Amino acid sequence: MKSRRKGSGPFIPWSALAPYLWLLLFFGAPLAIVLKISLAAPVMGQPPYTPLFEATKDGIEWLINWDNYLLLLDDPLYIAALLNSLKIAGISTLIALLIGYPMAYAIARAPESRRGILMMLVILPFWTSFLIRVYAWMSILSTTGLLNSFLLWLGVIDAPLEIIYTTFAIHLGIVYSYLPFMVLPLVATLSRMDMTLLEAAADLGAKPWQAFLRVTLPLSLPGILAGSLLVFIPATGEFVIPDLLGGPDALMIGKIMWTEFFSNRDWPVASALTVALLVLLVGPMIALQSARKRDANAETPQARGEAA
Amino acid sequence: MSAAAAQALSMGPFLRIENISKRYEGTDTPAVDDVSLDIARGEFFSLLGASGSGKTTLLRILAGFERPDSGHVFIDGRDVTDLPPYERPVNMMFQSYALFPHMSVADNVAFGLKQDGMAKPERTARVAELLDLVHLGNKAKRKPHQLSGGERQRVALARALAKHPKLLLLDEPLGALDRKLRESTQFELKALQARLGITFVMVTHDQDEAMTLSSRLAVMDQGRVQQVGPPNEVYETPATRHVAEFLGAANLLDATVTDWGNGMATLACDGFPGSFKATAPAALAPAARVAVAIRPEKIRLCEAGAAADNKLQGTVKDIAYIGDVSTYSILLDGQRSLRVQSTNAKRGSLMPTEGAALWLSWDAADAVVIAE
Repeated sequence: MKSRRKGSGPFIPWSALAPYLWLLLFFGAPLAIVLKISLAAPVMGQPPYTPLFEATKDGIEWLINWDNYLLLLDDPLYIAALLNSLKIAGISTLIALLIGYPMAYAIARAPESRRGILMMLVILPFWTSFLIRVYAWMSILSTTGLLNSFLLWLGVIDAPLEIIYTTFAIHLGIVYSYLPFMVLPLVATLSRMDMTLLEAAADLGAKPWQAFLRVTLPLSLPGILAGSLLVFIPATGEFVIPDLLGGPDALMIGKIMWTEFFSNRDWPVASALTVALLVLLVGPMIALQSARKRDANAETPQARGEAA
Repeated sequence: MSAAAAQALSMGPFLRIENISKRYEGTDTPAVDDVSLDIARGEFFSLLGASGSGKTTLLRILAGFERPDSGHVFIDGRDVTDLPPYERPVNMMFQSYALFPHMSVADNVAFGLKQDGMAKPERTARVAELLDLVHLGNKAKRKPHQLSGGERQRVALARALAKHPKLLLLDEPLGALDRKLRESTQFELKALQARLGITFVMVTHDQDEAMTLSSRLAVMDQGRVQQVGPPNEVYETPATRHVAEFLGAANLLDATVTDWGNGMATLACDGFPGSFKATAPAALAPAARVAVAIRPEKIRLCEAGAAADNKLQGTVKDIAYIGDVSTYSILLDGQRSLRVQSTNAKRGSLMPTEGAALWLSWDAADAVVIAE
């Protein structure tokens, strides 16, 4: 573990500040702007929202407007969109886990010489633009698309299947797009695992599937968690996939945000929605993280050095 | 072989290893080459050898992790060659201990019992019993990474003993411990084995460990068993050059047989005048090429006129004073030297100095002929 010096040391390496500067500039500042806009009221003009405070002769007058947040609670559309987003992201994450785990397992157990190529194959789709890949799915799934033409030609179906512009298509798009984010952390965790543990389990009477359930699975939980978060979080706010594959009535929070911003030109409500989503997603993550840290602290009073 | 072991073996071996061979894919030489061994019930048997000698592969075959290319393994009369590890009445203590890092000490020990479907109250009692056995009763709730190396070793032992295995396999059980701990643990392990009466088969590269713990041991080299026997027998009458040099230190002299009779050989040693006498239980033809092995502690430093079975003259090249003993390197003929060890039993007794000319002698009974 890194030992951090307490108090004001005489020597501050400036390079150590770089990541903080980066975070401040590209994460902190935009977030602060979004937060500010979410507390404003929409107006016609440039910018399309009121300022947060005004200087008067008595000093500074704050013009904080909570209406945007109240609207989110008031209008069932937003809550429905949020719940639907969570549901779609949740189901997609589960499917990605079910597909990604066996993939990651196979890669982690493959001979060292082949592992690099397999990892490459997982990452390969990233070499093409995300947008183009989603468009490709449109042409595969559409009523006159590849899949339907093929099935019609086979004679399996008489009329084209309605696949595109359904929730199923959204799930498909999300699982396809985010699968590598599930696979990579799982490969990392699984390939780190000590294989003699499985021999020990077998030696103590566990059949291969029992050894998997009692040893491999619990030991890969960190990878499962990391992969799931990496899929779930972007999937919740996903805009492109529901917009292109889900059709006009796909109710997801990303699309609502887009509509508020660009169709209604209501930046404050869109910003409030963004902040609400952030709090809803980050809150549980922080709680989880601190719980894991507590666990780790409780477990490691003296072990670090010795365990190596 | 001890009388008890001999008796047990006469009733049929508990563990029979029959013509086991194993070659790993992509290698030319077999890891285990036609090994056969009979091990009696209740024995503490060691497979001793350098790394790459095939001892670990043989142990893994016994555990069921490797399948032999040919040969059979019988445990208690039953052919287990094709049984997977989880169906064998065998447990193993791993060199790395292989403790489950996500489980507490108690859960590690309970793993096999839970697998067998033992009810919780019984299981808890058995785990408590085992942890008491290895003096870890107060650490049941700890995770493996919170334990010291010695404690982890004892958890691994308790876990391997939990299911009352008929046969316990130990892969370098003391290898990861520091020297002090290793010595005390050796005696505990031996006492435990005697008390439980379980047959132990241990793999080790440490000859002291093998000598101290085993009722019998097999010295392995290049996949083959070189010699099997109780430690003292193997030490006193090594069957091959490799055994003589691997187990303790040995002086080896090349020689030609001039005569043999009544278990005693008369030899001419290459480059030395006169004839030498050495023990040779098996008949030897005259003119056969052999080696004579003499242990350093069996050679005496003596006067020129002293009567002895075998004598050689030399000068002291090097002295290593260790305290209880001194080891001398005695230069014989300008190139070859012998290693001689003598105990410093009396304080201030006369010790040869470097460069001193002296005579060496040893008894015929203490020199062993190794047929080539």
